[in-house]
Amino acid sequence: MSNNHSGKSQAGQGGFGGRGGHRGRFMPGAKAKDSKVTLKRLWKYLSDKKNTLALILTLVVFSVAFILTGPLLIGRAIDQYIIPKDFQGLMFIVLMMAGVYIFGALFTWLQSYLTIGVAQETVKEIRKDLFEKLQTLPLSYFDSHSHGDMMSRLTNDVENISQNLNTSMTQIFSSVITLAGTIVMMFYLSPILTLLTLTIIPVMFFCTGRIARRTRKLFTEQQKMLGQLNGFIEETISGQKVVKIFCREEENAAEFEDSNRGLKGIAIRAQIFSGIIPPLMNALNNIGFVIVASIGGYLAIKQIITVGVIASFINYTRQFARPLNELANQFNMIQSALAGAERVFEVLDEKSEPADARDALVLEKVVGSVRFDDVSFSYKKDTVVLKDIHFDVNPGQTVALVGPTGSGKTTIINLLTRFYDIDQGVIYIDGQDIRNVKRDRLRSLLGIVLQDTYLFSESVRENIRYGRLNATDEEVESAAKLAYADQFIHRLPQGYDTVVTEEGGNLSQGQRQLLAIARAILANPAILILDEATSNVDTRTEYHIQEAMRVLMKDRTSFVIAHRLSTIKDADMILVINGGEIIESGTHEALLKQKGFYDNLYNNQFRRQGLS
Amino acid sequence: MLSLLKYLKPYWKPALLAPLLMLIEVITDLLQPTLMAVIIDQGIAQGNTALIIKTGSAMMAIAVLGFLGGMGCISTSSIASVNFSTDLRSAVYKKAQQFSFANLDKFETSSLITRLTNDIFQVQTVALMSMRILVRAPLLCIGGLIMAIRINAKLASIFGVAIPMLVISIILIVKKGFPLFKIVQQKLDKVNGVMRENLTGVRVVKAFVRADFEKARFNTVNDDLRGATIRVSRLMIRVMPLMMLIMNLSIVAVIWFGGIQVVQGTIQVGQIMAFINYMMLILFSLLMVAFVLVMFSRAKASVDRINEVLETEVDIVDARDASDEPIATGSIVFDNVSFKYKGGCGDPVLKNISFTANLGETVAILGGTGSGKSTLVNLIPRLYDVTAGRILVDGRDVRTMKLKALRERISVVLQESILFSGSIKENILLGKEDATEQEIVEAAKAAQAHDFIKRFKEGYETQLGQRGVNVSGGQKQRLAIARALIKKPAILILDDSTSAVDLGTEYRIQKALKEMMKNTTCIMIAQRISTVLNADKILVLEDGKIVGQGTHEVLLSSNPIYQDICRSQLGEEGLIHVQ
Repeated sequence: MSNNHSGKSQAGQGGFGGRGGHRGRFMPGAKAKDSKVTLKRLWKYLSDKKNTLALILTLVVFSVAFILTGPLLIGRAIDQYIIPKDFQGLMFIVLMMAGVYIFGALFTWLQSYLTIGVAQETVKEIRKDLFEKLQTLPLSYFDSHSHGDMMSRLTNDVENISQNLNTSMTQIFSSVITLAGTIVMMFYLSPILTLLTLTIIPVMFFCTGRIARRTRKLFTEQQKMLGQLNGFIEETISGQKVVKIFCREEENAAEFEDSNRGLKGIAIRAQIFSGIIPPLMNALNNIGFVIVASIGGYLAIKQIITVGVIASFINYTRQFARPLNELANQFNMIQSALAGAERVFEVLDEKSEPADARDALVLEKVVGSVRFDDVSFSYKKDTVVLKDIHFDVNPGQTVALVGPTGSGKTTIINLLTRFYDIDQGVIYIDGQDIRNVKRDRLRSLLGIVLQDTYLFSESVRENIRYGRLNATDEEVESAAKLAYADQFIHRLPQGYDTVVTEEGGNLSQGQRQLLAIARAILANPAILILDEATSNVDTRTEYHIQEAMRVLMKDRTSFVIAHRLSTIKDADMILVINGGEIIESGTHEALLKQKGFYDNLYNNQFRRQGLS
Repeated sequence: MLSLLKYLKPYWKPALLAPLLMLIEVITDLLQPTLMAVIIDQGIAQGNTALIIKTGSAMMAIAVLGFLGGMGCISTSSIASVNFSTDLRSAVYKKAQQFSFANLDKFETSSLITRLTNDIFQVQTVALMSMRILVRAPLLCIGGLIMAIRINAKLASIFGVAIPMLVISIILIVKKGFPLFKIVQQKLDKVNGVMRENLTGVRVVKAFVRADFEKARFNTVNDDLRGATIRVSRLMIRVMPLMMLIMNLSIVAVIWFGGIQVVQGTIQVGQIMAFINYMMLILFSLLMVAFVLVMFSRAKASVDRINEVLETEVDIVDARDASDEPIATGSIVFDNVSFKYKGGCGDPVLKNISFTANLGETVAILGGTGSGKSTLVNLIPRLYDVTAGRILVDGRDVRTMKLKALRERISVVLQESILFSGSIKENILLGKEDATEQEIVEAAKAAQAHDFIKRFKEGYETQLGQRGVNVSGGQKQRLAIARALIKKPAILILDDSTSAVDLGTEYRIQKALKEMMKNTTCIMIAQRISTVLNADKILVLEDGKIVGQGTHEVLLSSNPIYQDICRSQLGEEGLIHVQ
């Protein structure tokens, strides 16, 4: 019961194929590419718990020894006391048996108890390492890896390790010694009977081996088809509204029916083959039983063995099949844990953001002048995103970045925050190359309000406080007031204590932006970076957002990726970016006079056709 | 749970045969220890080799017979249960296909998917298990008890102590364990939650330099999880040793009391050994029953969730006398329409909406989030049904038309553009299966998608990932528009479908639409004033009511709300420009 290997999701192989499947012993499962290396690394986590591990192993040996003594005593009781009718002796040996079994159970329990502690501590450490690693990874990592895959490593894979460490770690060991111990005991009692009984083992291996191979094949096939079917389900159901709009219900149902029927054929065969093993084992068990009873009986008549030996033997053979069965099972579980561990270690091996130089600066007071000096950058080699970007911003100025999608506006901001490091040129803040400034300090100088506001599943208050952790409740509320967020927060069911649902689902996009602005106000950064929202905000909120932004930008150097005409017009400097280059810069009026790209953009986009 | 049995009915033969075959296996298993007792008590004691050989062969034959029974059970139960789950899955999927938007809203997508995948698999497993273990375990238990009592009723009274002890201790542990499992799940959700937040919110965490804060937060939940997991695991590991102990102590008791009886001559040694074997069978099968019950309780939840889907009433279906006739012109009339979501509380979403869109006209709808814009357009293709009033297309109430006939000539581009895996071409063809190459290109060009498609190495054959993950939001929207255009619809509905497209491209799309859709009535939801400027009619929606209706010029001069929107988007100066 304790080894629950029923339905834990398989190492995030995308989709629902893995999640839906039960991972039996024939599941092909994921295999680690290099088990040895992974095992070694896993061992590193365990090695500082060596003493406990040693204690656990000792306990395992003892518990197995105790449990194996039991059947021996049964035989002895029959031969020496029951048959000779020795009452006194029987009482003694019965008490001894009770003692042996009680100790056996106690030790079994104790070793599992300790194992769980070790396993969970290990898993906790792995989780912790993973999370800390996550904090040091550069943004490029997050941008280039799918969140689904990451999440599956962080959750499913770690959970997989946890489940399997809990049970398999010591059980493999215990199975092996039980097996060995049983054979030793049997030989001790009667070598002939042992050899005869053991003849079943090759038969067992042969049969199960063949069946398992066949089953594994069928399961792989089944899993593949199930994966496809589930993929189809996932896709069509999540696009169900489109399916309806285009009247594709019948076609879909027909297609589904096809794959479903296809799956059925395979599934039946896979189920049958995987189901053969239990009755087969049962039959082989029974045959072992027959061998012991009849041949043992024959030997007993010949007085080679006693009746008690038969009794002990029957018990041992019953015990024999179990660990043999479990070993195969545990081996697979360990394999899948290793596969999970490998995927986890892959994350731990990723390159972190380079550490700050030892003499990195902590800029104490910053006035907020910014200078880009011939900056070039590319995300991937050969595709230049920014080329020779050069501009100067004086303290307190507002810079509007304008240009078509994909022109490189966001990249400029990614560089300023050192989310990415530049390839060429220098960026200065207050005359200091930002690469010489402590990265954390640099980022706390900058306040960033992104278009796609990210909120945590905490209360509204805590979300604002994220801007400055030691802010008092009053400070939080006054920041909210400045951001024109106070009003709507008060209308929320629990006011400031309303918990934001996952990723802010219970707030409108506009409201979320107001919270992000409040957060930035609280942080009081020297330099502000704003990515203006383009759409989906209702009129009233929109008005508030603009007012709040105005508050925020006052007397602060501000960079705005601008979509609103009003912001652009009020800017001290407009940088028109196209194809990774600044093609025009200046104030609104100056740029209009140039009759260049901006003028065109302005007339086409902001004023639109047929207006003037 | 019984409600799903009707899906098993066509396979009643194998479903019934399976337990019967299992019965054979159980009976043969039960015969073995008794035969063994014969060998020991008669064969050995009397030195009768012939009897031993005879009994041994009988045992062997029985073992083989049992194996055949077991195999038969496996085959029949597999056939029955897989067929059952296949049919069930089809039924649920077909049901989901019939679902209206309102039905779909009720179930979340992810939950619907889990029901179709996970839950059905669970049910299949349980069906399989119940045809095997659930039959085997009780049969073995009862049969074992009968055999044991037959050997020696007095000795069998040990069961009177052992079984209740086992049952009570398992119940106690499980009862204590279940709530703990729930706690573990909650803690795990918390850990995963923090992980997810840090993944998706990585920019915020980095921007505010909150790594240490997040680490501390994570350590707390991580510690909690470890604690909870250890607590429940340490509880559950008591089961195994405890049950082994109870079993072994029962054996000890049998040896003791049996030994005494041997002295008294009321039992023989071989019988004691047989008795011990029955005891092991009985106690193991009890444990199996417990295991199956746990599985059952889990499956119960799955069954309920499946039933919920199957029992949902599809609320939009064709009327019995619905007409097949397709839409001819595409004029639309909203006649005093009100709408309220089923089960939704409070005010109706739409209140007394009346307007007309004539053939070939473009009607733009403007309004804040939650003002009811999307709901309004969804009523036209009957994705939802009106609560009061009526909607006329071609002068006919939409409810008198067959859904297929109605939707055939209406194209809707949803706010969220959903693409499917497959090539770009296949995605566009979804709008019209038999479209020619030329039509595809034409539609793509109008949607301003042709250029970027051509830039892909494989052009129109470029494969899209699930839900089109490998194209940008703007590109997705444009493909969705192309897919809608290729249908050459009589009515085109755009639900804020160009929000991720930059202004220049949006302008070109609109221009192309104008040329291509001369005979198409177009309803367009928009956020930006610039998008709606050229519409024949603009509806301004607020709180589910139309608060302004007319052309841009009319509204700008007379409607304060519209003026507000203009002011906030274009600024004071912009407003002057526009005027």
